Amino acid sequence: MKPAPFEYVRPTSLAEACALLAGDEEARVIAGGQTLVPMLAMRLARPAKLIDILRLPELAGIREESGAVIVGATTRQAQAERDPVIRASVPMLAKVLPWVGHPPTRNRGTIGGSIANADPSAEIPLVAVTLGAEIMIATTNGPKSMPSDDFFIEPMVTALGQGECVSAIRFPVWPHRRIGVGFLEVSARRSDFAFVAAAAQVALDGEGRCIDAALGLGGVGDRPLRLDMSSLVGTELDAASVSDAINAALADIEAASDLHASAAYRRRVAVTLCKRAVEQARVNASAKSAGAAR
Amino acid sequence: MKVDLRINGASRSADIEPRKTLLDALRENFLLNGTHAGCEHGVCGACTVLVDGEPVRSCLMFAVQADGYEITTIEGLASAPGELSVIQDAFCETHGLQCGYCTPGMILAADALLRHTLTPTREDIVEAISGNICRCTGYGQIIEAVQFAADRLRKANTLRPHHDAAHHGHAERDTPAEGVLEAAEADEPVVEAK
Repeated sequence: MKPAPFEYVRPTSLAEACALLAGDEEARVIAGGQTLVPMLAMRLARPAKLIDILRLPELAGIREESGAVIVGATTRQAQAERDPVIRASVPMLAKVLPWVGHPPTRNRGTIGGSIANADPSAEIPLVAVTLGAEIMIATTNGPKSMPSDDFFIEPMVTALGQGECVSAIRFPVWPHRRIGVGFLEVSARRSDFAFVAAAAQVALDGEGRCIDAALGLGGVGDRPLRLDMSSLVGTELDAASVSDAINAALADIEAASDLHASAAYRRRVAVTLCKRAVEQARVNASAKSAGAAR
Repeated sequence: MKVDLRINGASRSADIEPRKTLLDALRENFLLNGTHAGCEHGVCGACTVLVDGEPVRSCLMFAVQADGYEITTIEGLASAPGELSVIQDAFCETHGLQCGYCTPGMILAADALLRHTLTPTREDIVEAISGNICRCTGYGQIIEAVQFAADRLRKANTLRPHHDAAHHGHAERDTPAEGVLEAAEADEPVVEAK
């Protein structure tokens, strides 16, 4: 047994879970445990109490509402990966999921867990920030929500307070018909932590002009970053316009530097991956006919 | 804490401390030593078991979290004592193992893959075993073993009870794709199983 001793509690309702969390600052949430259990094994984390939320019915399930798909926090990554609603309506999430860990970790790891863990190189937080998803949070005073841009603060630090837990993620669904996504990342090994990851989503009109564009960058800053691509609206996403928009957006970004990749390397890779992700999204959108339903 | 588990089709109970992983419980409480302890922090895949038919790292799950699931370990694959499953046999035939440390995890990962599809591409196989580290074989013979097992299972004239066609969509039917004669002749590993 490698972890330090802890008390294990499995509440039967979300309200009970929040009350347990609020009443004990040494308590931590466990769901899939794919990041927390290694930290426990290495004793980097030594919570006195683990609150297991994995089987709470309030946190399960994927549902559509107008203009959004709401993904319950305990949705397994593997389940989201093959979910038809996510594939059709949040294609960016479907596209990145094969890059999240490996099949065995995706079978246990949850969407909400990856959000709450806030690793700056993780793919699911990157999708949330890029698409402007809303993080839905359960508290002892009932539910609340906040934009993902406010939720992620720095590596492994979020705006979650004591007694709070991520309950779902609300991913916006674009109304346009011709939507395409692109995703690329560079890591030491497949499915290892990304040094740089870029995710793009574009919408085109019938003539191939851009109606909307979103681009996000992971692994470079201390949290996932959404880059301003508003200048691309109205263009045909030609190489020169895309390059100008990306260079302008990346100008003020401070890149992380570590043992694996220097800041200069990350910045260079970021420019290239961003361009390729937008191009991949454009090609993906172009392949869809203007008349076809989304 | 008293924990009730379903392991290889049998109900087992034990008094287990919450901080004990499913891996340690399987090995120490239930003496199922086929599940190997490698890195013990979710990197190597040696401890892979099936939870409701899907591969999971038993070192990243506490035993107290494992009630209510069907847990399958390497001991649960063979049909009878002294027998080998088709996949286990394929690993022997193609020399898909040397030291054997990663083998239970590899075989369980392959087992889950071949319950989804009997026509995996090479990429499907590589992805399925991507979370399992082998330091002996260089993976070539392991991939060959999975292809060989898929080929044999496709040709097997038996019912496959675990198939879940409704769930996975692309699962094979339970009738053999080719005849028994081909099965008998299939002593050469098929490199491009399609």
